[in-house]
Amino acid sequence: MALKKVKGTLERVLDKNLQDLVRGIRNHKENESKYIAECIDEIKQELKQDNLAIKANAVNKLTYLQMLGYDISWAAFNIIEVMSSTKFTFKRIGYLAASQSFHEETDVLMLTTNMIRKDMSSQNMYDSGVALNGLSCFITPDLARDLANDIMTLMTSSRPYLRKKAVLIMYKVFLQFPEALRPAFPRLKEKLEDPDPGVQSAAVNVICELARKNPKNYLSLAPLFFKLMTTSTNNWVLIKIIKLFSALTPLEPRLGKKLIEPLTNLIHSTSAMSLLYECINTVIAVLVSISSGIPNHTASIQLCVQKLRILIEDSDQNLKYLGLLAMSRILATHPKSVQGHKDLILQCLDDRDESIRLRALDLLYGMVSKKNLMEIVKKLMVHMDKAEGSHYRDELLSKTIEICSQSNYQYVTNFEWYVSILVELTRMEGTKHGKLIANQMLDVAIRVQAIRHFAVSQMAILLENSHLLANNSQRNGICEVLHAAAWICGEFSEHLSNPKATLEAMLKPKITSLPGHIQSIFVQNILKLYGKILKAAEAKEDDSLKKEVHTLLQEKLPVFIQSGDLEVQERACSILQIVKYIMKLEEKGAAVADEVENLYAGELNPVAPKAQKKVPVPEGLDLDKWINEAPDDSSDEEVPGNTFFLTTEDEHRSSYQHGDESRPTYEPTEEELEKRKAIRKTEVEHNPHYLKDDGKGHKPRHKDAFDAKDIPVAEIDLSVPLHVPGLSSSDKYMVLQQKTEKAHKGKKEKGKKKKKKGKGKTQAEESDEDEVAAVHTVSTIVDAPEGMAGSDHEDDKKSGDVYKALDINLD
Amino acid sequence: MMQFMLLFSRQGKLRLQKWFVAHQEKTKKKITRDLITLVLSRKPKMCSFLEYKDYKIVYKRYASLYFCCAIENDDNELLTLELIHRYVELLDKYFGSVCELDIIFNFEKAYFMLDEFLMVGEVQETSKKNVLKAIAAQDLMQEEETPQGFFEDHGLG
Repeated sequence: MALKKVKGTLERVLDKNLQDLVRGIRNHKENESKYIAECIDEIKQELKQDNLAIKANAVNKLTYLQMLGYDISWAAFNIIEVMSSTKFTFKRIGYLAASQSFHEETDVLMLTTNMIRKDMSSQNMYDSGVALNGLSCFITPDLARDLANDIMTLMTSSRPYLRKKAVLIMYKVFLQFPEALRPAFPRLKEKLEDPDPGVQSAAVNVICELARKNPKNYLSLAPLFFKLMTTSTNNWVLIKIIKLFSALTPLEPRLGKKLIEPLTNLIHSTSAMSLLYECINTVIAVLVSISSGIPNHTASIQLCVQKLRILIEDSDQNLKYLGLLAMSRILATHPKSVQGHKDLILQCLDDRDESIRLRALDLLYGMVSKKNLMEIVKKLMVHMDKAEGSHYRDELLSKTIEICSQSNYQYVTNFEWYVSILVELTRMEGTKHGKLIANQMLDVAIRVQAIRHFAVSQMAILLENSHLLANNSQRNGICEVLHAAAWICGEFSEHLSNPKATLEAMLKPKITSLPGHIQSIFVQNILKLYGKILKAAEAKEDDSLKKEVHTLLQEKLPVFIQSGDLEVQERACSILQIVKYIMKLEEKGAAVADEVENLYAGELNPVAPKAQKKVPVPEGLDLDKWINEAPDDSSDEEVPGNTFFLTTEDEHRSSYQHGDESRPTYEPTEEELEKRKAIRKTEVEHNPHYLKDDGKGHKPRHKDAFDAKDIPVAEIDLSVPLHVPGLSSSDKYMVLQQKTEKAHKGKKEKGKKKKKKGKGKTQAEESDEDEVAAVHTVSTIVDAPEGMAGSDHEDDKKSGDVYKALDINLD
Repeated sequence: MMQFMLLFSRQGKLRLQKWFVAHQEKTKKKITRDLITLVLSRKPKMCSFLEYKDYKIVYKRYASLYFCCAIENDDNELLTLELIHRYVELLDKYFGSVCELDIIFNFEKAYFMLDEFLMVGEVQETSKKNVLKAIAAQDLMQEEETPQGFFEDHGLG
């Protein structure tokens, strides 16, 4: 007996403690995981011992290992054992391990309730403190409900140390168990006037957090906080209170008016940057809420903008960042005050720090005007060329397009310029925004009638160079632009200068390497172009042209018929047949060009988003009723079969339809599911060929034996993606590009010169605007079912349901 | 409210992780991995603020350790920087010229210090003196337990 004890003690002496473990790990850098696996085995042995000291040591080591990334959830029960120790040292270790590894799904959490309750009411202040700290990390709704009362009692403890902790943890309790808020709130309010400053600031913290999420319930506390603000000298507390006020002022403009003075005083007097920043933010919030223009307020805005400018000019990157952030808030309501600082913002765009550049970009969005749009976009394009990361470049691209297209292209004066910008953007390789550019092109071509001629000519050039763009066939890549190009050329083919050449371009074999949805657009538009050419040929009575076109189509269309994509195949087949039929008619001498053209007569307008949802359901139609008899329940083979024809994406829809169309789907009821399950089970039982799993997990016979399932299935990419650094475009295209740009520059310069001379009709941008505004109108006609009101604002799912639950009237 | 605080070395080794909201292990690991990569890729002169998912990340480097905190979108970033600095000061006072090794070998003490300074993601105690006093008192308690306890636990009491 004694021998056992001595032996045990000797073994214990050899136990590693934490320091040994850490040192050991550092010394075993090359075989770390093996060493740690050994240590974990040792720990498992130690945890089997009865002695709490040994267990505590083991748990301590486990906490360290958890930080290194090892899962210790298997030791949850042991951790609880250590937590229940009477010794403070072990208790501390146990609670630390718990706060690191316990979470909602830990099953053994329910064992902790009584233990925590006991610890909280312990005589020893630090025992309770440790329990409260640990609890704050792993509290669950159940624990919150059970322990809320005990914590509320602690809020009135005689020891400020405990009062402070109890007040803070109440916030967590409220989040997990909102019903506790109403009973606890009066006591919490009392703590705002607690003699101990620590408890007081804890109460301020909790109430501020609560109030920011549901400000209207805490409006009655505003006077109390006002008093605190004017008397406190603790910056941490001040910042919290000021932040609270910025949440309250939108609800109570009078409060805002009262605040302006103390806040401006603080701004002038404080040397703490964090406090200054907070004050500025709140002043902005106040000014936003006060809509009436009292003369004082322009002074306040000026003060803020001035201080922010100082922040932005500071060499400290952090202050720059925050200055830009705050500026963008002012921009939302007082754009004029900010626009004067455009030069500074553009400077920030050149900053080495990406976060600052992104902030400056955001600001630019609000600062564009008709005059400076072109200059800003030019600068952004330059940045895009120099950009190092593709993520940043994509940001720039999407921002550029956002800036140009905001409010229905309000700031774009010359759409020719915009189209050429879009075309230039197609040169951006590796971008994810191909679809965005394509959409823009379509949008502009459709809604700005005057620009169609120019757009079509550009698109034709793009098509002729499609072999360069077709290299990049990834989803959403730049090849999406070809989709737009083909459609525009087909729809507005009257503007094409050489329809036949475009037709040839669309029939090039390289097209077959494009994604299916793009090819199908090509095929469709081939027919449109064909119709046009036929009409022209008929008018000129040019039979040879007709014959040429026919042979061309007959040679090239069959390639599409062999395509793997269903839609392409289908369209190509139908079109080939139509062409053949037309040829026959032509041979007989009938002039069918008119009919062919009628196939595509009519103007297509964009469809309003959510228009589909608004289509009124005709009377007597029940969309949820079965059309046919319910299908036979006997076999499940039909279910996977149904999905064969469903496409997962709306590729074949026109890109205008932005709204979701939800189809009524068939969902089997519970009983049907049960029935099916039962039937399937019986089938399986009776089927001699069905191999059942033994459940034992056979070891593989040979180590090299492989399963057919394990062979990775790789997709064979038929097109070889070549990265062509810096797409070279045809000279014609570039010259046209430069001409348009030069023309703009020329206009601008002429304008400037003339402006200086102050002569009569200038070609300055102002007159450009007027001139252009009249010609390039953006159509806003959208297709929609009759009587549809403007699209509803459907509420997005509200995040922060937790905070919604805390929205209770506390008066 | 602060969501979590991470300390990691320049080699990307985690030295401390304090989560003020409970998450699954997998989530925690992913966030840690992502953030370590993000922060380590920042150049020295860049600003200390990042955006990650729906948090704002504030980080600061002290010698070989990165202190990285995640705050909510309407929290004050400069205040968080001051918070980090206060924590470093506390550690410094406690360990006496703290360095990374102190935190490696005494990681649980770093946690205890953090537990006295922050709780529920909020500043618990703004007075340095009070924090250090509480820590000292608890250390004393541990020491008082040890001599007697040592013999009892090993069956020799």
